[in-house]
Amino acid sequence: MISVEFSGFTWRHAGRRAPAVADVDLRVEAGERVLLLGPSGSGKSTLLAALAGLLTTDSGERHGRVLLDGEDAASRRGCVGMLFQDPETQLVMARSGDDVAFGLENQAVPREEIWPRVREALEAVGFPYPMGHPTHALSGGEQQRLALAGVLARRPELILLDEPTANLDPEGAGAIREALRAALTDTPATLIVVEHRVADILDLVDRVVALGPGGELLADGPAEAVFAEHGDTLAAQGVWVPGAPLPAHPGGTPGESRLHGESLSLTYPGADRPALDGVDFDLRAGELLAVTGANGSGKSTLALLAGGLVKPTRGEATVPGERTPLHRLPANRLATRVGSVFQDPEHQFVTATVRDELAFAPRAAGWPRERIDARVSELLERLRLAPLAEANPHTLSGGEARRLSVAGALAAAPGVLLLDEPTFGQDRRTWGELVDLTADIRDDGTAILAVTHDRDFVAALASREIALEDGRVRSETRRC
Amino acid sequence: MLTIAPICGPDAPIARANPVTKLFAVIAVSTAALVAADWLTPLLLLAALAVATPFSGVQWGPLLRRLRWLWFAAGAVAAANTVFAAEQTGTTLLSLGPLEIGAGALTDGVAIGLRVCVAATVGVLGFATTDPTDLADALTQQLRTSPRFTIGSLAALRMLPLLGAEWRQITTARRARGMEGGRNPLRRARLFASTMFTLLVGAMRRAGRLAAAMDARGFDSEMPRTHARVQRMRAPDWLLLAAAVAVSAAAVAVSAALGTFEMLI
Repeated sequence: MISVEFSGFTWRHAGRRAPAVADVDLRVEAGERVLLLGPSGSGKSTLLAALAGLLTTDSGERHGRVLLDGEDAASRRGCVGMLFQDPETQLVMARSGDDVAFGLENQAVPREEIWPRVREALEAVGFPYPMGHPTHALSGGEQQRLALAGVLARRPELILLDEPTANLDPEGAGAIREALRAALTDTPATLIVVEHRVADILDLVDRVVALGPGGELLADGPAEAVFAEHGDTLAAQGVWVPGAPLPAHPGGTPGESRLHGESLSLTYPGADRPALDGVDFDLRAGELLAVTGANGSGKSTLALLAGGLVKPTRGEATVPGERTPLHRLPANRLATRVGSVFQDPEHQFVTATVRDELAFAPRAAGWPRERIDARVSELLERLRLAPLAEANPHTLSGGEARRLSVAGALAAAPGVLLLDEPTFGQDRRTWGELVDLTADIRDDGTAILAVTHDRDFVAALASREIALEDGRVRSETRRC
Repeated sequence: MLTIAPICGPDAPIARANPVTKLFAVIAVSTAALVAADWLTPLLLLAALAVATPFSGVQWGPLLRRLRWLWFAAGAVAAANTVFAAEQTGTTLLSLGPLEIGAGALTDGVAIGLRVCVAATVGVLGFATTDPTDLADALTQQLRTSPRFTIGSLAALRMLPLLGAEWRQITTARRARGMEGGRNPLRRARLFASTMFTLLVGAMRRAGRLAAAMDARGFDSEMPRTHARVQRMRAPDWLLLAAAVAVSAAAVAVSAALGTFEMLI
């Protein structure tokens, strides 16, 4: 157990004008379990990094103090364990057991103690494979559990969790929470966790600290009191306040058919069974069709085939007025028929400014100059990107990048929009913006197919839902 | 995914040998092959490797499958060096219009091809039987290389297969945006550059996050590290190393005794 104290702590990343956090005063007693809330950019991750001793003097400018048990945090690095958001970049070794052992080697634990402690940590998180199991063969949720074992094996006195479930599907997130719950009952360690999806972890914490946009202290106390008093402010800042109402946007009557999928099937090279096996669907103007299912059910494959991005093994996707199946259309023409938005917005950015990004597809399609200019101005206004028109797409925040990728897919005025996990890992505020935006696009007559795990998104927008299982349609339901 | 069929079982003698031993054995044999400019030395080395292979536990089938392209490349090197030799010396063996091949050029070309063959074969035998993690362990323990460099490289190696998957994702995302190479070489070059840029931006971010995660687990603090897995030089390792050096020296000696040995400048 270890106590934490920030006093007058300010940190400015090298090369940035504004400080990431300014003048923070916060004390956490030994053994306390704290949930740290705040809008994007309020410096929550910076505070955790400071506690983990990761803010070195050459990476920025620091004022004030960060103390662990009254000593400078940098000198107590060995007592702190931190779990990050992205499972993929936390694993160092090729074999699972080696990865847990890595942290113990660094701690100079004698060899004969290493393997028993590795075994114990793997058991504590419910890791289902032998120690030699290759780390690259693990799912995201399993990788995150392995990373958690790597943290616990070091027996930290202060555990820091930086949005530990934000990058995971619901199943993986559930398994991590279960592992955390079990592990935390066994250790007296102090805990600080940053998480937007509050409801799922409230039983792990006994105190909630909320920061304002500039890192100032907004609220501090037991969860019920904080949410009763500041619920609305926190919800507006992006926190998923438990019990806060969610928007509903039931759509109108769907119009004519816009995209047709005929027995779409794909077997990836070297795979022993098809990822998608004979799926038919019809998508109409002004409706949102949700495609759901567990990981590996073929959802994302369906989005790729429906968007004409990958050649199906069998079947085809077509749009009315175009005889050629989508996968055989040249890219510049495809972009005028179907817009696809991927999970990682940055994969889709092809130019150096937001304005060029929006003009790209219309230009490739050979639109006249005036029409392109008019379309770009319209999209900049409608998606609130106008102030960022000259910014580099790679410098945008998560929510802005997401809006830009949607705007880019819509730029050449396709009648169909395909979304792959549009709300993945977003805070409540960005989530709300995306839901409103999607509803607008749908109500303008665009046909939307959304692949998603997000039940709230489906409830707010979908008029129909296709549930996939092992590459086939398990059920189709009509909502609202 | 970057997975290749193993050329030997996990308990084969060569798989159990110390990685640093194998590294030095590979260096010894390829050095002998590379300093000799004649055809006999590499041929003797190849013969020795063929004799040694059954004892290493390596299976012929997978080994030959792994080697076929490398040997094909060695054949191509031999052919190119024969045809494009600076001077076609010795008896003319073939004359086809402008193409003329002399016996001297043929011997030199074959010698170069054989040397490439030896380096490829011994390299595959040494490295395809070595787990990268074991190599890193042995490098830090036997050669006392810096853990920061060695384990950092190992972690980077683990990330490599991810780049392949990401490249495919980016290319697909590009098509969705209306960007495709098609047959136009200029557009293809632009697409390649833009895909590479996105890949690098992603790789840099990932490297930063990985470094932070490693730091958070106490890597590269001032403290000394322990090793979860011991790599030792055992008797068979010394034997392997001695055999590699002896065979390399013997090949050179035999070739010299028969008067065929030529030193590469």
